[in-house]
Amino acid sequence: MLSLSNVNAGYGTFQALFDCTLEVNAGEAVAVIGPNGAGKTTLMRVISGLIPARGGRMDMEGRDLVATPPHRIVDLGIAHVPENRRLFPRMSVEDNLRMGAFVPSARAAFSRRLEFVYDLFPRMKERRHQLAGTLSGGEQQMCAIGRALMSEPKLLLLDEPSAGLAPVIVQRIFELVRVIREQGLTVLIVEQNVQQVLRVVDRAYVLEAGSIRMSGAAEELAASDEIRRLYMGL
Amino acid sequence: MGRIDTRVWLIVIAAGLFVCLAYVPAIIREGDLGFAVSDVFLYEAMINGLLLGGVLALLSLGLNLIFGVVDVVWICYAEIVMLGMYGIYYLHSFYGVPLLIAMPAGILLTAIIGYAVHELVIRHLLDSAPINQLLATGGLLFFFQSVATLAFGIDFRNLGVSLGSFPLTEDIYISWSRLAAFIVAAACVAGLYLFLTRTFMGTAIRAISQDREIMTLMGAAQGRLYLISSAIGGGLAGLAACLLVLQYDVHPFVGLSFGPITFMICVLGGLGNMVGGFIAAFILSELIALGGYHFDLEWGYVFAFAFFIAMMFVRPEGIMGRRS
Repeated sequence: MLSLSNVNAGYGTFQALFDCTLEVNAGEAVAVIGPNGAGKTTLMRVISGLIPARGGRMDMEGRDLVATPPHRIVDLGIAHVPENRRLFPRMSVEDNLRMGAFVPSARAAFSRRLEFVYDLFPRMKERRHQLAGTLSGGEQQMCAIGRALMSEPKLLLLDEPSAGLAPVIVQRIFELVRVIREQGLTVLIVEQNVQQVLRVVDRAYVLEAGSIRMSGAAEELAASDEIRRLYMGL
Repeated sequence: MGRIDTRVWLIVIAAGLFVCLAYVPAIIREGDLGFAVSDVFLYEAMINGLLLGGVLALLSLGLNLIFGVVDVVWICYAEIVMLGMYGIYYLHSFYGVPLLIAMPAGILLTAIIGYAVHELVIRHLLDSAPINQLLATGGLLFFFQSVATLAFGIDFRNLGVSLGSFPLTEDIYISWSRLAAFIVAAACVAGLYLFLTRTFMGTAIRAISQDREIMTLMGAAQGRLYLISSAIGGGLAGLAACLLVLQYDVHPFVGLSFGPITFMICVLGGLGNMVGGFIAAFILSELIALGGYHFDLEWGYVFAFAFFIAMMFVRPEGIMGRRS
């Protein structure tokens, strides 16, 4: 579904990604793990067009992502849940969801999508008139995921969904990843919480200093001594 | 919660200042409280301040809308109002177009100017340093003034339309054009509020002012929302022009008489915050009206500017602004 080959990217004179090659197949859940500053967030931002790729190829279902302007990426079926959630804090939950359905096709299906998201997250329905900035961390993450789901994407990009949340809530967020997969969505997730994320994905890539160092099936990586030593503190 | 408390305090202090400014000068002058509170002309001044506040609120609304969305302050905003006033004046007095057609045409003209300012100038400076953006819109101010001087000359021109006035009480006369300006401005503020909160496009405009990058992720072409906001902001300048052309002469430098005060209102209210701007407009207009009543007209502006400078020490982020 999504394929990146030899993608380079960076900010100004700083290069953050070196020749990244990565594949996500339809129906899969794939994780990108790695230390802080490895370029995981940059990778997500390049895919959704917030940072231009400097060379390399990116395709979504055969369509060229590099040549697509940033605001058209969502039309191709990619929705990005950004790092730190980035809700519109002074707008209600429902208005946040409304903005998730900005593209015309989603706008036309707004009430159906809203119902879908409220069914998935009943808590959001209870809080629909509350300002997003006043939600708890876990609720904000739900709202951010719900907002991304409003565009009826095929591929969901999740950037550090567990960051800054209490352990109990983290558990619930990973549970949500399972629920989202059951809806038939393909998921690409970036996480620092390696142990837990490897339980909910099929495959994972290890990104270090801007390069893909390793990849493999989730159980394989979870069993690997190197991964256990470096990322799980075991 | 602490911040809400400061707001309450500010309102109490402002109300206290207002009462002092309203009554103390008369008490000192006449030595009689009874005279001060029964001074009908004082109340007339207060009402005129309120009516002036409506137009100032409208002006600050357009500037705040553009700033909130595009994040660029249009120093030249009042000059767009001036061009709108000229447009209405020429259409009506020169070409004999009825006012009810000339005014919407003036609004259309300024909406197009707003669109053009963004498309031709601001769009190319979005990634520049804020000081360069400011200087560019400042340059536009002088450009518009010069163009108006060249095209229309420096004569003061008057529409020659008087709506007259009506007696509110035996002694207090209210000018129809001021009242109309206030009512239209208030209706427009309410309309814009409804637009921003109840419509999809309005919600998108609020969203982009809160997080522009994320709106791109949602699939919004930033450029289009910027253009829409700039055109609406320009149209609001045209609406203000309709109201002002009934009260004031038009000349190339007319923008200077309300441009700085509009800018101050926006900053006092919290730049980009429309509710704050709305409140600030009435605070400053009352200061101008009361100061002008008790002393000379110019003293009103002195009070308003002094109050503004003092407020910048006390609350630099504005009445409703957020500390960053």
